[in-house]
Amino acid sequence: MKEFTVSVFTENKVGLLNRVTVVLTRRHINIESLTVSESEVEGIHRFTIVINVAEDQVKKIVKQMEKQVDVVKAFYHETDETVHQEIALYKMPISALSNGLNLEKMLRHHHARILSVSPEFLIVEKTGHKAETQELFNQLQPLGLLEFVRSGRIAITKPMKKFSEHMEEMHAF
Amino acid sequence: MKTLTKEKSSAFTDTENISGALAIVKCLLEEQVEYIFGYPGGAIMPVYDAMYDYQEELKHILNRHEQGAVHAAQGYARATGRVGVCIATSGPGATNLITGIADALIDSTPLVCITGQVPKRLIGSDAFQETDVIGISLPVTKWNYQITKASEIPEIFAKAFYIAASGRPGPVLIDITKNAQIEMLDYYYKKCDHVRSYVPVPKANPTEIERAAELINKAKRPFLLFGHGVTISGAEKELKEVIEKTGVPAAWTIMGLSALETEHPQNVGMLGMHGNYGPNILTNECDVMIAVGMRFDDRVTGDLNTYAKQAKVIHLEIDPAEVDKNVKTEVALVGDCKVTMQALLPLLKKNNHKPWLQRFHDCMKMEQEMIIEKELHPSKEGMTMGEVIRRINDRTDGRAIIVTDVGQHQMVACRYARFQQHRGNITSGGLGTMGFCLPAAFGAKLGAPNRDVVAIIGDGGFQMTLQELGTIWQTQTNVKIVILNNEFLGMVRQWQQLFFDKRYSATELVNPNFVAISKGFGIDAERVDKRENLDDALNRMFGCEQSYLLEIMVEKEDCVFPMIPAGASVSQIRLS
Repeated sequence: MKEFTVSVFTENKVGLLNRVTVVLTRRHINIESLTVSESEVEGIHRFTIVINVAEDQVKKIVKQMEKQVDVVKAFYHETDETVHQEIALYKMPISALSNGLNLEKMLRHHHARILSVSPEFLIVEKTGHKAETQELFNQLQPLGLLEFVRSGRIAITKPMKKFSEHMEEMHAF
Repeated sequence: MKTLTKEKSSAFTDTENISGALAIVKCLLEEQVEYIFGYPGGAIMPVYDAMYDYQEELKHILNRHEQGAVHAAQGYARATGRVGVCIATSGPGATNLITGIADALIDSTPLVCITGQVPKRLIGSDAFQETDVIGISLPVTKWNYQITKASEIPEIFAKAFYIAASGRPGPVLIDITKNAQIEMLDYYYKKCDHVRSYVPVPKANPTEIERAAELINKAKRPFLLFGHGVTISGAEKELKEVIEKTGVPAAWTIMGLSALETEHPQNVGMLGMHGNYGPNILTNECDVMIAVGMRFDDRVTGDLNTYAKQAKVIHLEIDPAEVDKNVKTEVALVGDCKVTMQALLPLLKKNNHKPWLQRFHDCMKMEQEMIIEKELHPSKEGMTMGEVIRRINDRTDGRAIIVTDVGQHQMVACRYARFQQHRGNITSGGLGTMGFCLPAAFGAKLGAPNRDVVAIIGDGGFQMTLQELGTIWQTQTNVKIVILNNEFLGMVRQWQQLFFDKRYSATELVNPNFVAISKGFGIDAERVDKRENLDDALNRMFGCEQSYLLEIMVEKEDCVFPMIPAGASVSQIRLS
């Protein structure tokens, strides 16, 4: 078992999320994270899905996804072949600022930033790998962390091939 | 009643302002649909109303259950190679189609299924007969789409027919809200020939074709397996050329049956769980395996860890997702197998593998003595399923379409029916749907009116869709129906005998009077319980100009052999 980032490029169609994820759920594969956004090609959306499977299995999964009519192309990459990022938000009680521990230093160290402050709480944002956002979580929790949320992974692969070139190849013959 | 006049057809190319329901009918006519199998209901009534004016051009078949409609559409599609079309209302009408849609997906059958849906404003409100058919059908369709406004109709229908029929065929479902059927649109139809996200027919890499040819030319014990893909792509001629040029023994999957005539000297028989002894046992001795248009189903391979590990596998397959799915390939030729074989043929050297082929014939001889002879020419009192099939063969000359249901009779029919003509075998191979046969046989007869269609059904499966006798009666369609009655759910009983200590849990049937039922539906019928009456009864059935039903009482507790127990290796094939 290894962590793979699966990138799926699709038409923007209602219900396609199900068509893509059912490939995984049917095979009892847990989705570690999933994000969907527009891509650089107009009308094409990209799914970024993180799963833990054997390489043999991820190969088959990518083909099953690509088999869906509205899926243009699907790829898988090992984590170190991608540049990836997640974002986390932390809600802290305002009292955390004045309890003697140096919150400011902590946030500075983690390159986190304060997005919003109210009389009762403040919202902290940090982007990074999961391990990094998790580390800040671990440090903020003893200070009375009120709420925590983390996004799915977004990833761009290091090998340089434009998606539009893949599309041209698809219909080359 | 209106007819499709010349002005009317040419009007199709211009924009005209018509209702969504009429647009649907016009789309179907543009796609040359001759039959539409269905069942009306509230949410599809505007379409039925529009069909009323086109009854001659677009013949609606009123099945007796939506499952019957979808299986009939499958039978039609399998007999003709064209897209089968069925139509149902929302809610239960739509859900009743699901079994047939799943069957069509796994057996690569082109279908367009049309379902009505509650008006758009009611979607999500749990309205009467509302169900999320898009959600339900998603995992069992090649593509599906919900139309909520009339203007979408022409484009979506064109796309649906294109997707259903192209590449690896499959079922497409279009769900249409009632408001979209009633609204007006500016209708203009243009056939679809391209979807940018979809590559239906990849083209095999020429270098890989050369590599495959080299492997085949150097092989000492090559073995060719063919499946449904050969029939779908119409590659029967190319298949024959490949095997005759190379001298390779060729075996078929249940879905490949009838793509090569039974009597061909290199046709070494059936693969898989109840297949012939030779092609199974020698799977583990071949050095090069050439798989054409087949997908290495578990019923063919048995235990994958002991399946053809010694062989270099060449896989001719149109669906990239099938390559390396179950069996690792040495050379993958992803493309239409007809085109691929055409490219392969000039590179193949003339060869023969007589000693190797002889080993298959030796195995067949042994199987003949141990199993086949007893099955086809039994000396015991009770009739066997095999002898019935043998006598049917005597009367069809291999030209009939044999449609089977699922279970023992299916295995026996596929093992012993002889085929001279392509598209002769229609069965539910992948999904194994009991109840498939009767409606599929009916649909097949509409698609191939000049061929005899023989439905061979078990007593269990017959009772799953016997209401379709009503459809056969109403349309006066000539289907020969043979019930092989052993008063058991025979295949399950066989497993109980072999693997569950003969604990016959819920497999014994107390059957109704099938002859009376058939006659009640207006179809002449008789029961045969003695061998001496069998020939005459078959003569009466085949001599009859109309549908005819024979209930043939066969031995209650016969087993189908050979058999590879589920999960066992092909090498562990049992002869008794």
